[in-house]
Amino acid sequence: MNKASNMIDVPLREIAHGRTGDKGDRANISIIPYEAEAFAYIADQLTDARMRDAFAHRGVSKVVRYDLPALGAFNFVLDDVLQGGVNGSLNLDGHGKSLSFIAMSINLRVPAELVESARKARETNESSV
Amino acid sequence: MRRIIERDRFMTKQVFHVGNAAGFSTDRLDSAAPVVAALIASGAPSALFFETLAERTLAFAQRAKLADPEAGYTPDLEGFLRPVLKDCVAHGIPILGNFGAANPLGAAKAIHRLARELGLESIKVAVVEGDDVREGLRSMQVQAWEEEALFDVQRDDIVAANVYLGAQPIAEALALGADVVVTGRVTDSALALAPLIHHFGWTADDWDRMAAGVLTGHLLECGAQITGGYFADPGYKDVAGMASIGYPIVEVSDDGGLVVTKPTGTGGRVDTRTVKEQILYEIHDPANYLTPDVTLDLTSVQVMDLGPDRVQVTGAKGRPAPETLKVTISYAGGWLGEGEISYAGPGAAARARLAAATAQQRIETQYPGIDIRADVIGLVSIFDGDTGERAKGMQDTEWEDVRVRIAVNTEDQAVAAMAAREVETLYCAGPAGGGGVRRTVTPRIKTASCLVPRESVQPRFRLVPADE
Repeated sequence: MNKASNMIDVPLREIAHGRTGDKGDRANISIIPYEAEAFAYIADQLTDARMRDAFAHRGVSKVVRYDLPALGAFNFVLDDVLQGGVNGSLNLDGHGKSLSFIAMSINLRVPAELVESARKARETNESSV
Repeated sequence: MRRIIERDRFMTKQVFHVGNAAGFSTDRLDSAAPVVAALIASGAPSALFFETLAERTLAFAQRAKLADPEAGYTPDLEGFLRPVLKDCVAHGIPILGNFGAANPLGAAKAIHRLARELGLESIKVAVVEGDDVREGLRSMQVQAWEEEALFDVQRDDIVAANVYLGAQPIAEALALGADVVVTGRVTDSALALAPLIHHFGWTADDWDRMAAGVLTGHLLECGAQITGGYFADPGYKDVAGMASIGYPIVEVSDDGGLVVTKPTGTGGRVDTRTVKEQILYEIHDPANYLTPDVTLDLTSVQVMDLGPDRVQVTGAKGRPAPETLKVTISYAGGWLGEGEISYAGPGAAARARLAAATAQQRIETQYPGIDIRADVIGLVSIFDGDTGERAKGMQDTEWEDVRVRIAVNTEDQAVAAMAAREVETLYCAGPAGGGGVRRTVTPRIKTASCLVPRESVQPRFRLVPADE
């Protein structure tokens, strides 16, 4: 186990990337760790409930997380978060294209070394699969 | 089909290349030429497709066709095809596109006109039809998606009703020797799966190969979204050459193996990250991606870097396709009225908030209960919910260049226009220093996703003669 002193709070963006897609009034947000070691920390802390809290002000009614360990990714499906979707929303971004960056701002507690290795992986464009 | 399969087996090379040059109807018009040059240079048998039909696009195309019977196909059709039609025909690279939209025959005629203008003596243009079920809708069993209820097919404001057709009729159109296949609504992935079925002679119940073909289409269908577009994030995910971003190519083996790449000399990047983001784009349950051709299971999919701008994708699994087909029904969705005005300098955010509140109060007084949203762009206007609770909690002090935006939904076009006009009145009657008003009134379309029995849909395909 990691020592508590090595653990730090960082925004998800430091260890993962992702993308929003939309269909009707439903959005999906993929969360993809830069490093395989981050998968377990995200699986443990980025729960359906945590995502639901982050989007509560958007009227989200349901969140489901799908885990894809073979791909090294998570897929979150959020119902009603688009407040009408591209056909009915009054939000300037009716598709919700920007919403992955709400998720990217969620803080997780992870080992400092993991943040450092993710940063190096980004800079060298190398990714572990 | 048997004759075609045997001919193709004789001709088969081990790898078939599928390129994409458009992910939506207003995509870049110069993206196809580098893709076609790469397909030709590879020497491999190839196909090129354009995906230009988002969920609502077809409804707007139906409206365009009502106004002009010759219209209703992708307005930029000629712009997309002109740079590459001659080279594709010369090198036997079939072009596929759902750019027929509401009028595949009209698109086919336009392609023949373009071919004549380019000096092509005769080309074979096929259309795939049968997706448009608006005429017969009232006698169909139309199940609302994820609901027990039947959709009310008797409502009189339906603008369009189109079934998502699969790859089989497109593959059969290719078997007629078509240089270009024009479709209306088909699954985006069918545009990539069809040439693979035609080339390799894959059978419809070879589920893992169908799955690999659907995944090929899914990877390609949004164009540059897999080559660094909708991805770049400076300092985190850097992408070089965004202005000349290359559109994608997937190299498909007969056993369903896939390699994603892009033309050499173009900008952008293909790596495991760009590919993973696109694999999950618009996916809900990754074990059950439903198409008319196969149920695709992504849970075993893996990606591997093979070198610069080359990523291998393995592990797509297929199961039988659903018994029902998806139909998107579009109906009138009222009007969106929008008005914007900018504030800058010291106190800009406070003046903008006062402007937004003033306009909102005046609109709500005139139209009680109207569906309205007021934002200050620069103060969480995108992330906030419709009630603006995030913005209320923000400090004004740091914001010195902001823009008010008022938006309303209403059934009445005149009300939408009046609401937008209220924003313009802020020039003289609003806070100090308000400038740059823009206002728009836009018709909206609503869509319902429904299911219909497979038997109630009859896909058709045929060659359209040049003189039709």
